[in-house]
Amino acid sequence: MKFEYAPAPESRAIVDIASSYGLFVDGAFTSGSGSSFKTINPATEEVLAEVAEADAADVDRAVKAARRAYTRVWSRMSGAERGKYLFRIARIIAERSRELAVLESIDNGKPIKESRDVDIPTAAAHFFYYAGWADKLEYALPGNGHSGADPQPLGVAAQVIPWNFPFLMLAWKIAPALATGNTVVLKPAETTPLTALLFAEICQQADLPPGVVNIVTGAGETGRALVEHPDVDKVAFTGSTDVGRAIARSVAGSRKKVTLELGGKAANIVFDDAPVDQAVEGIVNGIFFNQGHVCCAGSRLLVQESVAEEVVERLKRRMATLRVGDPLDKNTDVGAINSAEQLQRIRELAEIGDAEGAERWTEPCELPDHGFWFAPTIFTGVSQAHRIAREEIFGPVLSILTFRTPQEAVAKANNTPYGLSAGIWSDKGSRILWVANQLRAGVVWANTFNRFDPASPFGGYQESGYGREGGRHGLEGYIK
Amino acid sequence: MSRLDVKKTYKLYVGGAFPRSESGRTFVVEDAKGRFLANASLASRKDARDAVKAARSAFGGWSSRTAYNRGQVVYRIAEVLEGRREQFEAELRATEGITAAKARTYVDASVDRLVWYAGWADKLAQVVGGANPVAGPYFNHSTPEPTGVVAVVAPRGPLLGLVSVVAPVITTGNTCVVIASEEHPLTAITLAEVMATSDVPGGVVNVLTGKRAEIAPWLASHADVNALDLTGVDDPELATSVEQAAAGTLKRVRRPAEEDLLAPPPLDRMTDFLETKTVWHPMGI
Repeated sequence: MKFEYAPAPESRAIVDIASSYGLFVDGAFTSGSGSSFKTINPATEEVLAEVAEADAADVDRAVKAARRAYTRVWSRMSGAERGKYLFRIARIIAERSRELAVLESIDNGKPIKESRDVDIPTAAAHFFYYAGWADKLEYALPGNGHSGADPQPLGVAAQVIPWNFPFLMLAWKIAPALATGNTVVLKPAETTPLTALLFAEICQQADLPPGVVNIVTGAGETGRALVEHPDVDKVAFTGSTDVGRAIARSVAGSRKKVTLELGGKAANIVFDDAPVDQAVEGIVNGIFFNQGHVCCAGSRLLVQESVAEEVVERLKRRMATLRVGDPLDKNTDVGAINSAEQLQRIRELAEIGDAEGAERWTEPCELPDHGFWFAPTIFTGVSQAHRIAREEIFGPVLSILTFRTPQEAVAKANNTPYGLSAGIWSDKGSRILWVANQLRAGVVWANTFNRFDPASPFGGYQESGYGREGGRHGLEGYIK
Repeated sequence: MSRLDVKKTYKLYVGGAFPRSESGRTFVVEDAKGRFLANASLASRKDARDAVKAARSAFGGWSSRTAYNRGQVVYRIAEVLEGRREQFEAELRATEGITAAKARTYVDASVDRLVWYAGWADKLAQVVGGANPVAGPYFNHSTPEPTGVVAVVAPRGPLLGLVSVVAPVITTGNTCVVIASEEHPLTAITLAEVMATSDVPGGVVNVLTGKRAEIAPWLASHADVNALDLTGVDDPELATSVEQAAAGTLKRVRRPAEEDLLAPPPLDRMTDFLETKTVWHPMGI
């Protein structure tokens, strides 16, 4: 059955996008000394703004500002007072949440439903959560570190974040860094810089001392200059495993502390006793949430052979109701692919899936004429050797494999160089806990998927990176 | 012609409302120089029982809020208190006869204390709870849970004293009945006005003004009270007798002890009113 919906567009009037943006250094917007780049709306290909591309000199200026703020202000301030700044920021994010949500959807392509209900509220919650830790670090990590003293900050943190959850990743990076007494220079992704620049304005409204947060925009070269800057004490990166490897190599032998949150190829395991409707919702959420641009996406479905046919049938039926299109429409489930480059990569891997003999099924839906789109797609008959079972596609493409026994499910799930997340669907508690215990993954969701909370640590095993973000554990990466 | 002040009637705070004492009694409150300030309600045994009933009916809802939400509500109390700081500074100076600077210190510390506890709401479980590595194929996990209704005898300091005993109790999900400072009851009722406008559900905090020695024994022997905080009991005999009364229902009791309220509070202000729940679940195919 097909339901017709009238368009329900969220108004763009709440956001005010300037024609060009500079860098945010030492509490003020300044023009960069390098060139500039354009950020576009991936749903329409409309140019949104011209953004400064920070060069090495700009990055140096930002790191110097962060160092000054660290030495003169932030490291001397009491934890309680740092916490109050973070509480202020949390409150202002909540106050400006609709504006942030609309801007995020325009710049990123994700559905407004998601930016409004997940990204922005979770980001505000993250600041609120870490605000409370600022004056309690001795309880979080008593006698931590080499000195045996109470936890001490590292200094200046270089933070590089991806384009899939631009504002939420900013919160994950900045909140714990500031709570522990570090100052930051953050580089947002080149396709999604706008909410980070709005965050700069929020820092001004909160009267955050100049230099505590600096935002430098740019692409890979800017990121490299930042990560490799000699006066940086900490590198925090979320993004691809390849770039993560390059960063690990470049900081080798230095004193920089590093946390990396990289790619994944999560197994979502459905047992024959799983509540099927609930599991199907979880599979859909696991791979089509945020167009599959999720490092912890449940991109490998492992389904027990005896129920495979039924699960796939119900999954197709459910997928046929997904609404793909205008990210600002409140009914939209799946928005635009973030960039032409990413769309190209998804297409290539899907074609490899065809070529290697898997069977493709795509949701029958109309896609807009402009912008970057890829309809939700599943592959059945996938084997472990197929590239679509091994490589991260980072798009709305699900590879389906089957298994017969729990041991086989675990072996297949762990057959990956990654290890970020996993899902288990079963009605049997002891089996869930046994499987969770066997899985080599940093986050295991049972009878749910893609849950995030500021109090819950997140991060991967193996080539999904190291270090944890969120919770008490998220403080460790920012403390001596 | 000068304008005549409109004076406030100081009543109790029970179940989110401000009733007079059912006993119809009041007592005179004087300022630091011995001049008449106001008639405060003199709470009775029945008022105490009404307050326990209100606290019990608020417990289910309050304790099942998310810790994150409770933290936000406690933070909201801090925001509203900060906004009314001048009123509190003036009241503290009038009732306690302290300097403006001292009054400011107490208000600052009270706001900051609330912010400190707001942050604890969703963190304490990670500090005092956790996985227990039992020697067998079991998932075993302990979490702190609120004990229930806590009866609190507040210390003499009417603002920081009250905040210091109430905030740790409610942050973790308990509800409470507080006997306000007998010497300085008025500021406690003004603070109740702050809580009544801070998204704190009615009944989570109930404030009684009156005589410690009259009300505390009834709360100590009340079968629907789970714990007692005797911080404000300065008479050792009274402390012993109410602790004995509390033994009848095995209430958790926090005894009075010297405490510098301006110093960072100890964690046991919260953990004294928490239970530890441990869940076992087998692991196996």
